[in-house]
Amino acid sequence: MLIAERLAGRRFFVTGGTGFLGTALIERILRSIPDSEVVALVRPGRRSDPGERIARDILRNDCFARLRSELGEDFERSVASRLHAVAGDVSTDGLGLDAAGRALLASCDVVIHSAATVSFDAPIDHAVEVNLLGPARVAEAVALARAEGGTPSHLISVSTAYVAGAHQGETIERLLSEDRFSLNVDWEAEVRSARRLREDLEDASRLPDRLREFAKRAHDEQGASGTHLLAARAERLRDDWVRRQLIDAGSARAQTLGWPDAYAFTKALGERALVARHGPDSAAPVPISIVRPSIIESALAEPRPGWIRGFRMAEPIIISYARGLLREFPGVPEGVIDVIPVDLVVAAIVAVAARGPKGPKGAETPVYHVASGVRNPLLYGDLVQLVQEWFGRHPLYDEKGQPISVPEWSFPGRGRVQRQLRQATRLMSSAERGLKFVPFRHRQAEWAAKLEDRQTLAERALGYVELYGAYTETEARYRIDRLLELWGTLEDADRSVFCFDPAVIDWPHYVSEVHLPSVVERGRVRTSPTRSVGTDRETRLRRAVLSAERHLAVFDLEHTLIASTVVDSYAWLASRHMGADARVGFVADRLGAAPRWLSLDRRDRGDFLRSFYRRYEGAAVEELERDAWDLFHEFLLPRSFPAGIARVRHHRRLGHRTLLITGALDVVVEPLRPLFDDVVCARMTQREGVFTGRLAELSPIGEARAQLLDRYATEHGLSLDESIAYADSSSDLAMLEAAGYPVAVNPDARLAAIARRRGWLVEHWTRAHGGTSRLLPLGGLEARSLVIDRRRGDT
Amino acid sequence: MSPRPGFVLEVDGSTPPTLFWDGEGFTLERLPEGSRIIYAPEPLDALKDPVGAIRHALAHPIGDSEPLAALLRPGMRLTICFDDVSLPLPPMERPDVRQMVIEEVLDLAAAAGVDDVVLVAALALHRRMTEAELRHALGDRIYEAFAPHGLLTQHDAEDPENLVHLGRTAEGEDVEINRRAAESDLIVYVNISLVAMDGGHKSVATGLASYRSLRHHHNPHTMRHSRSFMHAPSSELHSSNWRMGRLIKESGVKVFQIETTLNTDTFPSQFAFLQRREWEWTLKDRVTYAATAKALDTVPAKLSRQVFHSIRAPHAMTSVQAGEVEATHELALASVWRQQGVVVEGQSDILTMGLPYICPYNVNSIMNPILVACLGLGYFFNMYRGKPLVRPGGVLIMQHPTRPDFNPAYHPSYIDFYEQVLSETTDPNEMHKLFEESFATDPWYVHLYRTGHAYHGVHPFYMWYWCAHALEHLGRVIVLGGDPGAVRRMGFSPASTMADALEMAKDVVGPSPSLTHLHTPPILMADVQ
Repeated sequence: MLIAERLAGRRFFVTGGTGFLGTALIERILRSIPDSEVVALVRPGRRSDPGERIARDILRNDCFARLRSELGEDFERSVASRLHAVAGDVSTDGLGLDAAGRALLASCDVVIHSAATVSFDAPIDHAVEVNLLGPARVAEAVALARAEGGTPSHLISVSTAYVAGAHQGETIERLLSEDRFSLNVDWEAEVRSARRLREDLEDASRLPDRLREFAKRAHDEQGASGTHLLAARAERLRDDWVRRQLIDAGSARAQTLGWPDAYAFTKALGERALVARHGPDSAAPVPISIVRPSIIESALAEPRPGWIRGFRMAEPIIISYARGLLREFPGVPEGVIDVIPVDLVVAAIVAVAARGPKGPKGAETPVYHVASGVRNPLLYGDLVQLVQEWFGRHPLYDEKGQPISVPEWSFPGRGRVQRQLRQATRLMSSAERGLKFVPFRHRQAEWAAKLEDRQTLAERALGYVELYGAYTETEARYRIDRLLELWGTLEDADRSVFCFDPAVIDWPHYVSEVHLPSVVERGRVRTSPTRSVGTDRETRLRRAVLSAERHLAVFDLEHTLIASTVVDSYAWLASRHMGADARVGFVADRLGAAPRWLSLDRRDRGDFLRSFYRRYEGAAVEELERDAWDLFHEFLLPRSFPAGIARVRHHRRLGHRTLLITGALDVVVEPLRPLFDDVVCARMTQREGVFTGRLAELSPIGEARAQLLDRYATEHGLSLDESIAYADSSSDLAMLEAAGYPVAVNPDARLAAIARRRGWLVEHWTRAHGGTSRLLPLGGLEARSLVIDRRRGDT
Repeated sequence: MSPRPGFVLEVDGSTPPTLFWDGEGFTLERLPEGSRIIYAPEPLDALKDPVGAIRHALAHPIGDSEPLAALLRPGMRLTICFDDVSLPLPPMERPDVRQMVIEEVLDLAAAAGVDDVVLVAALALHRRMTEAELRHALGDRIYEAFAPHGLLTQHDAEDPENLVHLGRTAEGEDVEINRRAAESDLIVYVNISLVAMDGGHKSVATGLASYRSLRHHHNPHTMRHSRSFMHAPSSELHSSNWRMGRLIKESGVKVFQIETTLNTDTFPSQFAFLQRREWEWTLKDRVTYAATAKALDTVPAKLSRQVFHSIRAPHAMTSVQAGEVEATHELALASVWRQQGVVVEGQSDILTMGLPYICPYNVNSIMNPILVACLGLGYFFNMYRGKPLVRPGGVLIMQHPTRPDFNPAYHPSYIDFYEQVLSETTDPNEMHKLFEESFATDPWYVHLYRTGHAYHGVHPFYMWYWCAHALEHLGRVIVLGGDPGAVRRMGFSPASTMADALEMAKDVVGPSPSLTHLHTPPILMADVQ
């Protein structure tokens, strides 16, 4: 009897359906087994119900393109009747199923557990919940269902060949408990320890010194961006710290016990837990088969050659190599790299399902390896050569449109590569730290941000080596005798439909024609020298910003539209009526005070403005108002960025409302009013015609800007999501974040880094070169204009 | 020794290299043998007693006018208008002729008991003058007496309260001018006729007008039909201004016109070589040239700009006449021709010129690419009577760095014109149709024009229209040493050496072309026969 006939009409319960293997599995069952049904366990999303998640995360994947075209218009209806979603989570006891979910599980015939956290660097507590306890939880649910008269007759648990650990020599298909070389670790103790570690680390992360360090780092990164944002960032850093400690603890524990990483380690203990709780000798036995694939990569043929989901283990390494970032990767050229195409794994699982829980020779809990290393080995050296040749023919291109030549690999040991990469990372990170404290703007700030990008890439490369090095250096061989025995029982028709014999893989063809083209296509890399990707993105962002659909454009003033600060304005105004001698004294005084102002400004802009504006105490209102016009025309306008001014006007032409938010004084801003629909600025109180030096209200800076913007939008019935914010400094982060379309203008190094990371539009606006300019912002050096009577239309 | 007239030199083997202005610098170029170089006449002698001459002119008016003293009476409203900072070029050494004339006018007014006197700078759509510029043009005494009381004003073409519409000419042209001037009992207009286009009815009809009025003659059509606008009988610009001027007169506005002319003594003694003929350079001239060129090469651009813009010309008055507008202008025009006219035989295939650092619209500022085009194709090209120096379809080669640099306070709308208009079209008609209105009425430009020192939003369009006749006439414009991006943006061709430029020109005019070099400044008017 053919597999399809044997399984026809059966109902499958599948966990991990949104994953790489799970998606392919569901597709295959629906496409190749007549009248079969699938119940997929899906984690409830925050917004969508499980049905929507299935539609979005499974059915919309191009994996289903083939089935979609085969069924045509019938696809939706047919799939809707055969694919059911049930909300649940393998990291919760009882799988988090409600009564209906349990009933649905009870109605299934075969349960396939493929859910796992495949990330090799998951935090240990998470890996323990999912990988270690997950299989036993699924088995528990199956046992319960069977006890209540349910139909599940077979649990297939997907594991990994690497549960055998990093030891040398051959591994045969048997339970770990039957393997003398496998260390019997007390899995229950590991569970307790991982959970406790999480709690301990949460506590440790809250120690005052550590909290102060997070706060300091948040400030280093974002500057005076406001309490709220700094707090959010510090909390993120704390979370990250806990996470990193847990990752570190996991890999340390795994490596001490002889596994390459926490993934293989927790999967191994997961098998043990499964068998201990529900194996044949347990109190609640469940018929179980275990399938252990090696490294799963893109499909050989089904549903189409090259199909892959997610960016997995080998892909980022290959792309990093092709981009010239990863110059060397450890590994022995004679070593075997055990890769298996996803469709072979799927076919093997289907065949195991068709055979049923009883293995050959009556094995109670049969284990099947799905691996290529013994029957059709791919040597690491050969793989590297194939990759090298392929990128020689199809190079990637750098941002200037030049082809990147790929390095020759020298197959160094892991230690050397790690050392080199660590040095590079350290060097770049100190260079970057240094740059952050230099008040760069414009292109220099971009360079700093680029350096940071390169550092991230270098760090990632180091991460790959640390994570995956073990897999290219492993000298274990995974025998597939039982798999081949199963293969031997198949009829010819099944062999062609559900092929899982690794011998069919023609490695050079698979690598060059199937896998690499698919990886590069999905890698978002430049594969031709034409037009820079960066420019396209920039143009696209700018077009979005200048779309008629936007509502509101809000601008910061200093260094966003004009290369000047409140200090310059003050100096100009204060010095304009001075004699030459006084001016010299004034300059000296100002230079002396500059460092103090600068440091105050860095710490808190609000404090800085408050204390700085005291200097206006006693200034005659009328005179200042008059002088401010000359300040604008003679000092500020020549320092303006024409492209910025043009941008404000462009927004107005598009019908957007334009708003200026600045900490500058109202008298100074007055001449700029006609440029905007509205202006929010600082205001000083006055008494008997002179300024008091005190601000009438809190100045519109930092976080306050975000609130102002929010209030303004609400009052005018505008949507913040449709708003654009322009600013130059990380202290405006709150305002930038509040707007749907943030634009960093001539950003300082911190903002440049943030803008790059978040993909914001960055504009480089410069002063017009033909303007008059002076080294020092002193007024009165040039002849002043007259005809004051015309100002402000009071002729 | 009386000054020598203008001169056309034919280049031969013994001709030394020729001076080419190059913005804020200059080069020496060797022109092909057989080329012609047109040299300006030497500066005419100054009037011996300028103040006496002014008094004489005011007392002995020309045409249908009484002497100024007879026109003044107590209780009258008197408005004295004067040409703005665009004249003369370069700004002249103190005292400026405007100061000398206005002081005499004010003396007569005081003597007659006139106490309602207002001074108006006739800006049209130019930028407002700075205090320093006003003090320079009027002298400190006049400035101190009028400015603090608000009696020294600058014409505001965007102040509806201060404009009055006097009517339409037979051609349908709106005449709208400064209200204070129009409603005065007498306008005394103090002009400097630096070139043949200045003065006459243009003084009031243009200098005191609004955009609504100016657009009737500052447009591509008028400029294409002014051949050249420096020669009144062939100038549509002139005709339109005259129609308006006559309407102003008919509507009862009384103008007493005072026109002055200056000699072409353009550069102070340390730059004397700039107005000498190269083969007559003395050792001192050659040394100064070499030293200056070297210095300009080494100092930053901003510094050399400062040096050039601090040049004050030793211009001296060659004539002053006053009275009825048209008759006075005729006489002034004769003096302009006497100083500037050079007879030239026939046209050539190629016209070359070196453009200096200054034109009427960048005094104390930088010359942006649009002003470069305007100076070369608008002003220098049009310095002719009869027919252009270059044949139809010929090539103009002008030297200027043409950097895309702008003064954001003086020329804000130029920046947008360069970025938004020239990137779309360089055709004067097309931009007139598509863009002029929006620039002219833009509230931000109006704001900057009225409260700051910005040229009016529409001004860059006018500068481009100034080029309309040349653009239509020429087969190609090559900018020698120009920034390639800026030059191409304007629809011209960049060339890096004179040899390249000549090769490029031959593509258009054929092999062995004839070439004429306009050796200016000093200003000259070619009478092409």
